[in-house]
Amino acid sequence: MIKYLSEDRCIQCNLCVKVCPTSVFDKVADHFPTISRQEDCQTCFLCEAYCPVDALYVSPMLDNTNEPLTVTPEESAMLGSYRQAIGWGKGRSSTASLDMTHILRDLVEDDAGPRS
Amino acid sequence: MGSGLKTFESDVLVLGGGPAGTWAAYTAASQGVKVVLADKGYCGSSGATAASGTNLWHVRSEPARREASIRRFLSRGNGLANRRWLEILYDHTKMGTEQLIELGYPFPLDEHGRPISRNLQGPEYMRLMRKTVRKAGVVILDHSPALKLITGERGVSGAAGVNLETGEEWSVHAKAVIIATGGCAFLSRALGCNVLTGDGYLMAAEAGAVLSGMEFSNIYGFSTEFSSCTKNFLYHWATFYREDNSVITNTDKRALAIEMQRAPVYARIDKASDAIRIAMRRSQPNFFLSFDRLGKDPFRERFPITLRLEGTVRGTGGINLVDDNCATNVPGLYAAGDAATREFVAGATTGGGHINASWAICSGRISGSAAADYALGTEAAAMRTQLHFRFTERHSAGKPARSMDMPSIVKSIQEEVIPYDKNLFRTETSMRASLARLNDLWKTIRLNEHDPNDVRALVRSREAASMIATARWMYTSALERKESRGMHQHDDYPAQDNGALYRVLISGVDSIRTQREPQSGGPDRS
Repeated sequence: MIKYLSEDRCIQCNLCVKVCPTSVFDKVADHFPTISRQEDCQTCFLCEAYCPVDALYVSPMLDNTNEPLTVTPEESAMLGSYRQAIGWGKGRSSTASLDMTHILRDLVEDDAGPRS
Repeated sequence: MGSGLKTFESDVLVLGGGPAGTWAAYTAASQGVKVVLADKGYCGSSGATAASGTNLWHVRSEPARREASIRRFLSRGNGLANRRWLEILYDHTKMGTEQLIELGYPFPLDEHGRPISRNLQGPEYMRLMRKTVRKAGVVILDHSPALKLITGERGVSGAAGVNLETGEEWSVHAKAVIIATGGCAFLSRALGCNVLTGDGYLMAAEAGAVLSGMEFSNIYGFSTEFSSCTKNFLYHWATFYREDNSVITNTDKRALAIEMQRAPVYARIDKASDAIRIAMRRSQPNFFLSFDRLGKDPFRERFPITLRLEGTVRGTGGINLVDDNCATNVPGLYAAGDAATREFVAGATTGGGHINASWAICSGRISGSAAADYALGTEAAAMRTQLHFRFTERHSAGKPARSMDMPSIVKSIQEEVIPYDKNLFRTETSMRASLARLNDLWKTIRLNEHDPNDVRALVRSREAASMIATARWMYTSALERKESRGMHQHDDYPAQDNGALYRVLISGVDSIRTQREPQSGGPDRS
């Protein structure tokens, strides 16, 4: 679940408000967005993927509504790690071109498809 | 409810902006018609695909390989898959992947520099599809769940819904509507599935559409217990353990479910060589993201796992299709992707993996093209019956008399569909008991009233109604199928009945009717 929005990093572009499929954030005029409905977060990490300044941290835990909306130093070091992993952002190229799923599939499939 | 009402006119309206919806919108717009696409969340991030990734059918140009592959999938289709649809699926997968190459999807390259177009990374794929759809001139309405189809004498003529950001209502008047709202995973927290609550099934059924294969809706996927990461594929290389570290040798999902009912089950991806580990990390970045963030190593440390219900998202039931155009029985209404039945291509076995992803492309392309043709042949004047349909007309103004606690309703629904002993291990007695409670829930939700200013509450209530309806169709169809076939394992009828091959059609919302549609059978029927 979404755990943190860095007020220092946020540039108020509101992309997270726009791209979140479950409308977790709310836009606030002249202010950074608020995490208004944390419990609706589906832990899909897509807000992080779209955030241009790595201001968001999504915890992999499904239930962290009781935890404070802040990050530990270890978590802070991982801000932006998903965006980096998929190769999104300025000066990077998409890691989709490094996808090796076909190699894994060849280990469990034969020429006609999945072995039954 | 908010004061505003936005109205749009289009030739084709697409509901849902995942793979099937975007392929449908792109294909229709490419034929020169006006297209509006409404997504409940954000077209580009909504749904099961955007959050992870999908494999496509491995299609090749050699006719012998095509034939071998089609035969393989026919044999996996439990007698319900058919050759004609598999041929269509194969050919559209091929055409669709060729289009993706042209559109610039960054496929990995083989040693000759040719794209290997077998797998798609979700965020990349859906970002590209949004861009493609916009370039084609499609009007996208984000955060705009549809709540109801607009119907007239000649069938479906649009849809109405709300915008979650502005609180406004919207209605789109269209000559043809494509439902591509995905399946229903009952808010079980499978990855990316929280928006998939069966909304399209309910809208379609209210307009008179027939559904099919709803008994094939009980697929459970491996997931880490603590996170939403439902990734079955990597568990090929896993060993499963009990609390005391003894190895579970029977790794059939039903056997593992029995273990899980007793005590926690753990997995460790310890059968992967170093080379395979590298391939896994490159291929499934978000699976490893979860472990990295928790400081855990899934190759070395065991981690608790669960089986998460993925309903019709990886099941095969959905809105019935009456022809090769992905048309439903309601004039002007089409269905694509997980919203449509996938029995024709996946039978009673999971459509997860390559089949569903290929099906999204195939059914999106077909329905988009057919809906555009239908719209071009339909006169707009005759369709003006209910242009200013307003959803609020159905609700009393002022303070609601009976406003329900949605989390507790959702919990009640989940209690009937998620437990293994009710839905994975099905019995007549248990399904009848669940159905009785779901029928009560249906009556309750029908009486629910909303604060007219709270669009989120309205949407939540509609989602709950859609899940209840889906669950009722699921168990009603499952009771009708008195045998075991594919994912539908009926403990009172453990054998597959090869003498009677049929599909279970189902319709109706308040009162439900089923009908068996006999199938000619045999893996080679054409």
